[in-house]
Amino acid sequence: MLAVCVLVHLATIIYAVQGGLTAAEILGRTRGNHAWLAFYTVFVLAVSVHAPIGLRAVFLEWLRWRGASRDIALALFAGALAWMGMRAVLAVFA
Amino acid sequence: MDGNASGARGVRVKKGSSYWVAIVHRVSGIALAIFLPLHFWALSTALQLDAFLAWTRQPAVLVAEWGIVVALAAHFAGGLRVLALEFLPWHGRQKTLAALAAGVTALVGLVLALAL
Amino acid sequence: MKVSVWKGGADGAFQEFEVPRLPSQTVLDVVTHIQRALDATLAYRYACRVGMCGSCAMTVNGVPRWTCRTHVDKVAFHDRLKIEPLKNLPVIRDLVTDMSVFFDKWARARGQFSGTRTKNEDFHAVKPDSASRVQADAAIECIGCGVCYSACDVVAWNPGYLGPAALNRAWTLVNDERDAAKLERLRAVSGDAGCHSCHTHMSCTERCPKHLSPTAAIAGLKREIVTALIRGEL
Repeated sequence: MLAVCVLVHLATIIYAVQGGLTAAEILGRTRGNHAWLAFYTVFVLAVSVHAPIGLRAVFLEWLRWRGASRDIALALFAGALAWMGMRAVLAVFA
Repeated sequence: MDGNASGARGVRVKKGSSYWVAIVHRVSGIALAIFLPLHFWALSTALQLDAFLAWTRQPAVLVAEWGIVVALAAHFAGGLRVLALEFLPWHGRQKTLAALAAGVTALVGLVLALAL
Repeated sequence: MKVSVWKGGADGAFQEFEVPRLPSQTVLDVVTHIQRALDATLAYRYACRVGMCGSCAMTVNGVPRWTCRTHVDKVAFHDRLKIEPLKNLPVIRDLVTDMSVFFDKWARARGQFSGTRTKNEDFHAVKPDSASRVQADAAIECIGCGVCYSACDVVAWNPGYLGPAALNRAWTLVNDERDAAKLERLRAVSGDAGCHSCHTHMSCTERCPKHLSPTAAIAGLKREIVTALIRGEL
């Protein structure tokens, strides 16, 4: 599912970046756009789950971090990502 | 030196291509994990977006942006490789998947460089 | 040529020897020469010396190999050789490692066959060209030499990781239609210590002297586990 999101996101950004970028252009497209809101909500939540899972392996193998403290830290990171992500999405949508 | 002897794939090469693809996948993932909170924070300051966008015109930032998109493409390609390895029936030519991943990444990097 | 050999235990050091270079010489020939002519205290393992038993596995110039099957000509650049014990295993002395961890993990991965028939019943006939038997046969030739285990980065990074050989053996048994312990085995190989920690670096497959592919076996285990999860068996 993330693969699809990433593809859509990449394509969108490359298209959007053509010929420069202004706030007005971005916001003109995102404000009140429910399809956009739905898509990016899914994207943010998926990423908030995916990133900590990947980092878990890195923490275990490269930082030798084991046990509950690591998983709690990752859960907090997941929460933080979801929180910041949704704030960003809502800020640009509302 | 004959790199094909005894089934060894190049005597000096200690790590194969799959290793490097996996390392790129990991490092790009770490880069993205660091980048994402900053990205979200930047977007949430939507009211001052123009000022922020002006700042992103700086060459150093443009290069960094290109870098992070390449990282995303690399991580994406590596991820597809992992999914293919794990869910599709096994083929001997899995190394070509590594090459494919690298190729797709390069393609995206190029496209973005042109767009920017 | 100059040969650096690890001497001592975990906190030992390299010792240099001057060894005559001969045609068709193998690394095992070099080690044997050192022990017989230069340093009788050198400890090392070998048995068949013809590439069948896997006892002579050591790290040669940073790469785990069977020393009896490694020609000096192929590895000695600038007339230098560096010989160490296999990585990722505790060193007993010099070039000899303690393989018990390697085999313990084999057991923890449930690498043993669990049959159901007794001697009073007829044999179970397995078709050699059945899909699962073909999969098992592709991985069955492992002789437990430890080269893959020594080459694996994840084993080095995660001491609990069962490793390519143990997981490869588990895969052959998962594909053995006579075996009765499939679900327990799948449980044994899932989790942080199991197949999900493999990041497909493929160093094991690169280095296996019998040209097996533990990476393929581990990918197969991952697939089996997902299938079992979806079916609600796990």
